[in-house]
Amino acid sequence: MKYLDEFRNPEIAERLFAEIRRITTRPWAIMEVCGGQTHSIIRNGIDQLLPPEIELIHGPGCPVCVTPLEIIDKALAIAAQPGVIFCSFGDMLRVPGSSADLFRVKSEGADVRIVYSPLDAVKLAQANPERQVVFFGIGFETTAPANAMAVFQARQLGLRNFSMLVSHVLVPPAIAAIMESPHSRVQAFLAAGHVCSVMGYWEYEPLVERYRTPIVVTGFEPLDVLEGIRRAVAQLEAGEARLENAYPRAVRREGNLPAQQMLADVFTVTDRGWRGIGVIPQSGWRLSDRYRDFDAEVRFAVTDIHTQESAICRSGEVLQGLLKPNQCPAFGKECTPRTPLGATMVSSEGACAAYYQYGRFVQSEYDAQDAL
Amino acid sequence: MSATLDFNNWSCPIPLRSYPTIVMGHGGGGKLSAELVEHLFAPAFRNATLDALGDAAVFALDGGRLAYSTDSFVVRPLFFPGGNIGALAVNGTVNDLAMMGAQPRFLTAGFILEEGLPVAQLGAIVEAMAAAAHTAGVQIVAGDTKVVDKGHGDGVYINTSGIGVIAEGVEIAPNRARPGDVVIVSGELGLHGIAILSVREGLEFGAPIESDCAPLNGLVAAMLAASRDIHVLRDATRGGLAAVLNEIARASQVGITYEERKLPVPPAVAAACDMLGMDPVHIANEGKLVAIVAPDAADAVLEAMQRHPLGARAAIIGRVTEQHPRVVVARTAIGGSRVVDMQVGEQLPRIC
Repeated sequence: MKYLDEFRNPEIAERLFAEIRRITTRPWAIMEVCGGQTHSIIRNGIDQLLPPEIELIHGPGCPVCVTPLEIIDKALAIAAQPGVIFCSFGDMLRVPGSSADLFRVKSEGADVRIVYSPLDAVKLAQANPERQVVFFGIGFETTAPANAMAVFQARQLGLRNFSMLVSHVLVPPAIAAIMESPHSRVQAFLAAGHVCSVMGYWEYEPLVERYRTPIVVTGFEPLDVLEGIRRAVAQLEAGEARLENAYPRAVRREGNLPAQQMLADVFTVTDRGWRGIGVIPQSGWRLSDRYRDFDAEVRFAVTDIHTQESAICRSGEVLQGLLKPNQCPAFGKECTPRTPLGATMVSSEGACAAYYQYGRFVQSEYDAQDAL
Repeated sequence: MSATLDFNNWSCPIPLRSYPTIVMGHGGGGKLSAELVEHLFAPAFRNATLDALGDAAVFALDGGRLAYSTDSFVVRPLFFPGGNIGALAVNGTVNDLAMMGAQPRFLTAGFILEEGLPVAQLGAIVEAMAAAAHTAGVQIVAGDTKVVDKGHGDGVYINTSGIGVIAEGVEIAPNRARPGDVVIVSGELGLHGIAILSVREGLEFGAPIESDCAPLNGLVAAMLAASRDIHVLRDATRGGLAAVLNEIARASQVGITYEERKLPVPPAVAAACDMLGMDPVHIANEGKLVAIVAPDAADAVLEAMQRHPLGARAAIIGRVTEQHPRVVVARTAIGGSRVVDMQVGEQLPRIC
């Protein structure tokens, strides 16, 4: 594991923390866009070791959290149909729809399977010609190339029993939407390194210009995250706004061109609803008209979906950095990781779930002090 | 506790409300499993022996103390690198008994066979059970066989029950952890879960990973010979180290802190977990235990473990503390800290 250990070195981490403390003179709010980075921050306890002036706002970059309720409900309806094998990445199975989750429909007899790659779903379709195999294609630009490849292969193979329920989302329009929001407190962004390894970072240059906001392309290991934060703080303290690539071992300006060609063939940009946030124009991908036959929404014509979002869940405000999870009235009461009202309480990198765990720790330390 | 359950007008207690049907997570060894026990089984069967909620029940009979446990095995595939369902079924119950400090003596075995199962496969499984029983020094003294229609089982389900004898002066229970106690794990974590995952899902992680399936009663005997000041023993099966530490923290009303850097995690397990977005502390083991030991006894117990083949890589990973009661906290490699909770249900691969 040498290739990862060198990006988890405690001595270098301490040096980076010291440098961040040294250059920080006043409060800054930095948003890490990607759920993978949130996960790394929480998992390594980075947020607790930063100087108190630096606030990390967990962004809307967890695909599990932002997949719209309507799509989850459609997934539940399709999965429940007889003869369907519904394939999904594992952590989507616990995301609450209006009245159930995929685990629940599985327990009621639906054939729901966890797969590790969309190409596994294509293989399932080949192996089960009498069944309809549907893959839940969600995620950001990172998961999109493999999903595109699956649809491409299915067409090459002439598979008539494979389709994809697509709800892809795109990072740059989300950053623009956050910056356009009059309530936004974000002063700099850590851009998601793996998204940029596919798409490059040229898309972010106009955003830096338009909003005069630093954007630092950042990786996922602890030292990567710290280096991204260090560069963002350095720019903020200097009054600069530039695009920086702090993840050059994986990211080039132009990105991965063959992957982008595949994406351009299979997908088309579309308006997309983000759970808890609303519709952001031109912020997602759907299957292009060439691949319409593989669109599960077309094949199964699931209409009659009446979504019912929890009336008290305020995950949308959390995702925009407007509300701290523990400021939500339902936090830790009606809403816990065991009984999530919103997706942000589901996955371990969801902002609410992360706060819940940390809050338990802090609360119990208070309890311990009270007891003394 | 005189409450009776009225099954005509029965509704699930509150914490089960969001799942009116059993979901896979109820068998995952995480919070959903714990809630079934806490809110359904324990209230229905209420008695002091059960309420101790150890790996095995402990009770006195004619002056001696016995440990009694049962476990069912539904693993898929039936044969996996490092073992098969038969070895697992014997070792699982042997280990549950050993975790109460008992010397396992007698096992029973119940088989639910699916129509169409090749007899040769059953033969191989039974042979593995016999070999595991021999290694563990137990006898399989009673059994039962049922056959279900094709499509109603995964080939073989096995239930084993076992009885063991607890020696004088051995006091091991989940609620005996005390602030200052030392936390020891007996070896490398995550092997069984990743081995099963790799064959079930056809994933390869470089070096082949074998299950650590093994009987731990010999190791426990060696530990008890070194010191009787062992307060808690748990085998870290479903739910992994995280589930076991959380259960101990709750049962003993203490906090537990461990150092991530001290966890013995084999490189292949670490790589697989990184790839799948899982955490080695949530992965199942079938031949690893966690010991909570009085501080004065820690060195002697650790040495005894390291001299035993199944404890060669044993390590002290943390401490019991009066801080943050009922909460398990990991000190991360870069010096941060985080709460380590049980999984809610099954561990799910993350998407990003």
